[in-house]
Parts: sequence; structure tokens; C-alpha cells
Amino acid sequence: MTRPILQMLAALVSSAIFGLGLALSGMLDPARVQGFLDVTGAWDPSLAFVLGGAVTVMFLGLRLIGRLKRPAFDVRFHLPENRAIDRRLVLGSALFGIGWGIGGFCPGPAVAVLSLGLVEPLVFVFFMLAGMILHDRLFVRRPRGEGNLPA
Amino acid sequence: MTAYLPSLFGGMLIGLSALLLLALNGRVAGVSGIVGRLAQGVNVAVNAGFVAGLLSGPVLYHMFAGGWPAVTVTTPLPLIAIAGLLVGFGTRMGSGCTSGHGVVGLARLSPRAFAAVASFLLAGVLAVTILRGFGL
Repeated sequence: MTRPILQMLAALVSSAIFGLGLALSGMLDPARVQGFLDVTGAWDPSLAFVLGGAVTVMFLGLRLIGRLKRPAFDVRFHLPENRAIDRRLVLGSALFGIGWGIGGFCPGPAVAVLSLGLVEPLVFVFFMLAGMILHDRLFVRRPRGEGNLPA
Repeated sequence: MTAYLPSLFGGMLIGLSALLLLALNGRVAGVSGIVGRLAQGVNVAVNAGFVAGLLSGPVLYHMFAGGWPAVTVTTPLPLIAIAGLLVGFGTRMGSGCTSGHGVVGLARLSPRAFAAVASFLLAGVLAVTILRGFGL
């Protein structure tokens, strides 16, 4: 099989496990996510175990992967090299967090529950894509444009 | 205690999945980034494969566990729209979400991921506290 097909299958299989994990974990339920964030009210700490379980498995697995020179289906690893904590990182994450708290959805669960055919996730994902496009229109310079004005 | 075990196992599956994607494709399992690149038409086949797998999650759950996963939305639809807009804009500006920064970034001990997770957790707590103040 050619490499693009192998990469697509790898993405499909790994994200199916991701989606199953999300469904099992309770992360697909906005009411539970909001309960997890409601530390000043009726706090439900159970979703901390989702992040704890995921990070632990990933952390231990990275010790093994660290010995690989390259991934199975690509010539190199594509990992972010940037280590600087800047204003965009903190402000962007804060905006994301506000939206996460208001809706109870983050991107993974919102996309995964689209298959259940409910209205709210559909509206959420539609506006999420709009938000991404809006950001890029405002802040990402176009490769070919008139001048270099960010907006 | 019963609510903690499925969350723990679910989380471990998510970690395993992120590990697989890194070992096989060399990619970070960051959903906001993958969805964003798909929307831009970048690496369409692979990113569409990832989204298709995510969509199959609730169906796989149904096959293994019986019922469907609970999805209880109490937020009114106009606020859901605003939430979506903020999540899309914010994950783009902050270069990641719960999966990329939260799972992969923290496991890589990336200082950026620690800052991002602290920021979105605090903001999320604040948002829910304010919502609760309005009786939502």
C-alpha cells in the first residue's frame, strides 16, 4: 500500500479509538464538562481522570517512541518546536476556555457527537469553523496579497 | 467511584490513540488543528480519515456498551453559537485545545502546553461560575 493510504488508515484507526475513549469517558456530555468546571458549585471531579489517564499513557508511551528515528508512515515527526509562552497562547487559550465553559464542548467531543444528529453540536461546530476562519482572516497574512497588512 | 473508572479508561484510550497517531504518522493528535487544516483543504485524505474515526466513536461505544453516550445540553442555542465562535477563534489563536495542549503537550512536558491548559481551565471555571450566577 502507498504511504498516503497507510497514513489515512492510521488516522482513522487512532481517531476511532479516540472517539470511543471520549464516549466512554463522559467528555461527550456538556453537562458533565460544566460540572467538572463548576469548582465553586456542585463540583464533579471525575473528568480529571480523563486527562490524568490520557496524559499518563501518553507520557509512558513517549518513553518508548522516543527511541524511534521516524514514525512508521512518514519520514519525520511533525512536532511543534516553539517553546515561548506568548500573549497569543495565553489569550487564545483563555478565549477557548470561556467558550468551553459556556457550551460544555471542546473540539474533539463536538465533532464526535455530530454522528448522533443533535442540533446543538451542529450549531457549535458550524460556529467553531466560523471562529477559526474569522481568526485567520484577521491575523494570518495571506501568501499572495496586497502588501503585508494583517487585516 | 463507578463514574471515575469509565473516565479513567476512556482517558487511557485517548492517550493510546494519541500515541498511535504519533508513532504511525508522526502527528500530534490535536483536534482543533486537524479540523482547521481539513477546513483549509490541507492534507485532506488523512485529516478527513481522522474526523471520520472521531465520528465513529459514539457508534463504537454503542456496539460495545449498549446504550448511547449521554449528551445533555442545558445551554441555550444562541449561547452555544457564541461558545462555538470563541472555541474556534481561541484554539486558532492559542494553537491548540484540550487534546493537542492537554494530552500531547502536557505529556511532552511542553511549557507552552502547561500555560495553555492553566489558561483554558481557569477561563472555563470562570465562565461556568458566571453562567451559574445567571441560573444557567
